[in-house]
Amino acid sequence: MLYHDGLLSQPKVSIGQKLLHLHWLFVILLTLTASIGFAMLYSAAGGDFDPWASRQMVRFGVGMLGMVVIAVTDIRFWLRYAYAFYVLVLVLLLGVELAGFVGMGAQRWISLGFFNIQPSELMKIAMVLALARYFHGGSIEDVGRPMFLLPPAIMVAVPAVLIIRQPDLGTTLMLLLASVAIFFAAGVRMWKFILAGVLGLISAPVAWFTILRDYQKQRILTFLNPESDTLGSGYHIIQSKIALGSGGMFGKGFMQGTQSHLNFLPEKQTDFIFTMLAEEFGLVGGLTLIALYVLLLAYGFVIAMSSRNHFGRLVGIGVTVTFFLYIFINIAMVMGLIPVVGVPLPLVSYGGTAMLTILFGFGLLLCVHIHQDLTIGRRDSGDEF
Amino acid sequence: MHRDSERHKLFSRRALMLGGGQAALLSVLAGRMYYLQVVESERYVTLADENRINFRLLPPPRGRIVDRHGKPMADNQQNYRVVIIPEQAGDVERTLDLLSLIVPLSGGERRRIAREVKRKRAFVPITVRENLDWSEVARIEVNTPDLPGVLIDVGQSRNYAMGAETAHVLGYVAAVSEKDLTGDPLLELPGFRIGKAGVEKIYDLSLRGSGGSSQVEVNALGRVIRELNRQEGQPGNEVRLTIDAELQHFITERLGNESATVVVVDVHTGEILSLVSSPSFDPNSFNTGLSQAEWESLISNPKAPLTNKAIVGQYAPGSTFKPVVALAGLEKGVITADTKINCAGSTKLGNAEFHCWKKGGHGVLDLQGAIEHSCDVYFYDVARRTGIERIAAMARRFGLGDRLGLDLPGEKPGLVPSNKWKLGAIGSPWQLGETLIAGIGQGYILTTPLQLAVMTARLANGGRAVTPRLTMDKVTETGLEPYPDEEAVSLGVTPEHLSVVLKGMDDVVNSPTGTARRSRITEPQWRMAGKTGTVQVRRISKAERETGVLKNEDLPWKERDHALFVGYAPVDSPRFAVSVVVEHGGGGSSTAAPIARDVLHETQRLAALRPTPGRQEARKSNTSDKGGKV
Repeated sequence: MLYHDGLLSQPKVSIGQKLLHLHWLFVILLTLTASIGFAMLYSAAGGDFDPWASRQMVRFGVGMLGMVVIAVTDIRFWLRYAYAFYVLVLVLLLGVELAGFVGMGAQRWISLGFFNIQPSELMKIAMVLALARYFHGGSIEDVGRPMFLLPPAIMVAVPAVLIIRQPDLGTTLMLLLASVAIFFAAGVRMWKFILAGVLGLISAPVAWFTILRDYQKQRILTFLNPESDTLGSGYHIIQSKIALGSGGMFGKGFMQGTQSHLNFLPEKQTDFIFTMLAEEFGLVGGLTLIALYVLLLAYGFVIAMSSRNHFGRLVGIGVTVTFFLYIFINIAMVMGLIPVVGVPLPLVSYGGTAMLTILFGFGLLLCVHIHQDLTIGRRDSGDEF
Repeated sequence: MHRDSERHKLFSRRALMLGGGQAALLSVLAGRMYYLQVVESERYVTLADENRINFRLLPPPRGRIVDRHGKPMADNQQNYRVVIIPEQAGDVERTLDLLSLIVPLSGGERRRIAREVKRKRAFVPITVRENLDWSEVARIEVNTPDLPGVLIDVGQSRNYAMGAETAHVLGYVAAVSEKDLTGDPLLELPGFRIGKAGVEKIYDLSLRGSGGSSQVEVNALGRVIRELNRQEGQPGNEVRLTIDAELQHFITERLGNESATVVVVDVHTGEILSLVSSPSFDPNSFNTGLSQAEWESLISNPKAPLTNKAIVGQYAPGSTFKPVVALAGLEKGVITADTKINCAGSTKLGNAEFHCWKKGGHGVLDLQGAIEHSCDVYFYDVARRTGIERIAAMARRFGLGDRLGLDLPGEKPGLVPSNKWKLGAIGSPWQLGETLIAGIGQGYILTTPLQLAVMTARLANGGRAVTPRLTMDKVTETGLEPYPDEEAVSLGVTPEHLSVVLKGMDDVVNSPTGTARRSRITEPQWRMAGKTGTVQVRRISKAERETGVLKNEDLPWKERDHALFVGYAPVDSPRFAVSVVVEHGGGGSSTAAPIARDVLHETQRLAALRPTPGRQEARKSNTSDKGGKV
């Protein structure tokens, strides 16, 4: 174990000192972002804190506390228990799968007492931690060996298969894309991604004609072309574009969004909250929120790149990419750029699970920041500190 | 350490690539936002407004139709209906069960309602029953706490106070049919009614008014959230008719179930005081739709209750035409007032024999006497001397042979024959015998009861070309404007000629030997003059004439003669003209003249009781009234 100059060169660092080193600017930015969400939820309820805004604020407060606890925890704790956490979440996921299979239809939820959570959301974080630990433990040469890539590939594939069976295409997509990003950041050769991509393209039609059953094909077709389902998801997208486009440059004003308030806009408090924002505050409002996201993402990258340990870098990049995927998929969806998948807008959409996932991730990111000067050897993956 | 720094460098490069990729993707989002919210903004604003704003048309109240004294003849009545809103009712079936205790619902009605409940969205009111009476409305209102989702809705329906009595004048309103659609959005409103006959039809645009509109904001379910903007429509104009409702009622009663027409016209203004075609039908029942049985019985009735015979019926005028023939002869100079002709019961033309209605003949008559006794032989001779063309020309001056332009739809032109007409229509030249027949108002010549009334008015008013009309004010597209206040133009008939004819008509009623002596009016200031007419419906064969013509009473109804009478009153200062046609009524003097007497008597009585306020009245009393008004 090697210690360098700086805060964590000392064996013991007080919680107080760690708190001082919390990335407070980042915390302020994310509070600002969440506040936009509170305002929109207030508007969505027709000018009432009930039922959404107040509960969202409570959740955010609780989540922030959890985030800080995670941030000040020694990063080696997370390294050490990364696999254990992954296995735990995988078991939960399997449990949901079985329960859903035994029970009636799809089930994604498990109860954590005061809080219901989707294991598939937790998996987003567990996957980042597990992959970061795996690649942390490999040298540059290791990463070049195809056999070295097999275990992490399996680590990704197993939960992906479980989640897509729920079925939850959005989460699966995010899990896969975030994993690919971590593989990429870990230094896997570019040609391997290209090869994988080509293989995927080739196998897709083969799978289409050999493996998939008719109802599965139908589901995929509807997914790819929502306009064919005009009263379902296609209708939602059309209404979303109308609401968003009619917002214009400066919007219709706070709580003046006609389309959202007259219920033309579906799910205005969750997946389509960005549309509501863009209707009421126009291009200016929409770009302001995106700018806040860009700042948070930029800090995420800076934190990841500033870490002196590989685990921290990979965790940082994993969290940042996951955060980005939430943002991009949600906004692109409500603008009709990609098909409708149920992905919330992080920090803004009403809902506890995504909030928890994001704040958990940000806790890890801040943890990476606090421990950025700590170097951790490849082999000592936390077994001996 | 070295190893890790290499790894760090690779990581940083890759991280920057990821960051760059993310920045690029977010730029795409920003660009897309710009495109949707700035470039395409206008389009989406329009779409958004279309989405949320509904225009609702507000139907204007239809203009009332009132009689000359302002008495309403057609107005709008509140139509109470009970509706149910499934969403608020919850258990629709149970609510309907309860409602049935007040308004019994048949199985068919229940099924229709159930069907609509299934088809329509839950907040759309569904009509349960229309035209509720007041006690039903009250009982439903009292029980509203137990009838969730049940509402009383008020609409308007047309009401004709006098029912069948005015049906042929007012017409009726009914649902809009495909061919009525003109682009006026009002017509597409469910339940909207337009005029389909009579005054309702001809002044429909003016009565209809223009619709208002209400802009309402609706949510995605189509439910109204609030009204944004309301523009009141223009109610339809009230149309004041020249009809005297009381007179109309009197005449209808007087005619009973006869198949007959009576037209009363003001000889100076052309105002139609009454226009009755009997029998009639109830226009109120057309509003809601007729049952098949009602409809069948209306169209199969031989007395044609749906036909306004006063303007559509075309009858040979018979002897009522003789004054016109006399004027034509006088004008041509082939006869004078003193021309005497001997009637021996018939006259010969070549091989053909033309009979007088009086078998033994009238002996020697002058013109006035010929009119008084309605001698056919005299008028055969006048017609022969005058010629068909001169007769036709005089007939046209008196309003026969063409539409008079009365403001009612469907007026028929009648027929005044001439050589040219016969060549065109029948293809053979005019025969002299046909002129003789025309001289007594038979043959090809056809007139409508309206034309007969106008002809009489033009005789009575000193030969001025009054035209008939039904409204006190001219109804135009923009509203109402007064009729020009001027005397009708003269027909250019020599006053002396006219006065002989009028004296003859005076004698018809008032001379001890006149054909309508029994029908005279005894009040001296109201005395009536007139002319009887009896029109053969069937051809009388030579054999029958020799064995004795069958009496009308012995004939089936359809073969009996039409009874006609035209008249005017008061004799000294004519104000009102009347035509009476009783289909298959028998003799003009026995059937039509008494009706005309009663009608003219009542007309004058009513006019004396209640002079019509307005300038027409003022003008008449200034100029032509010589104490005729009582």
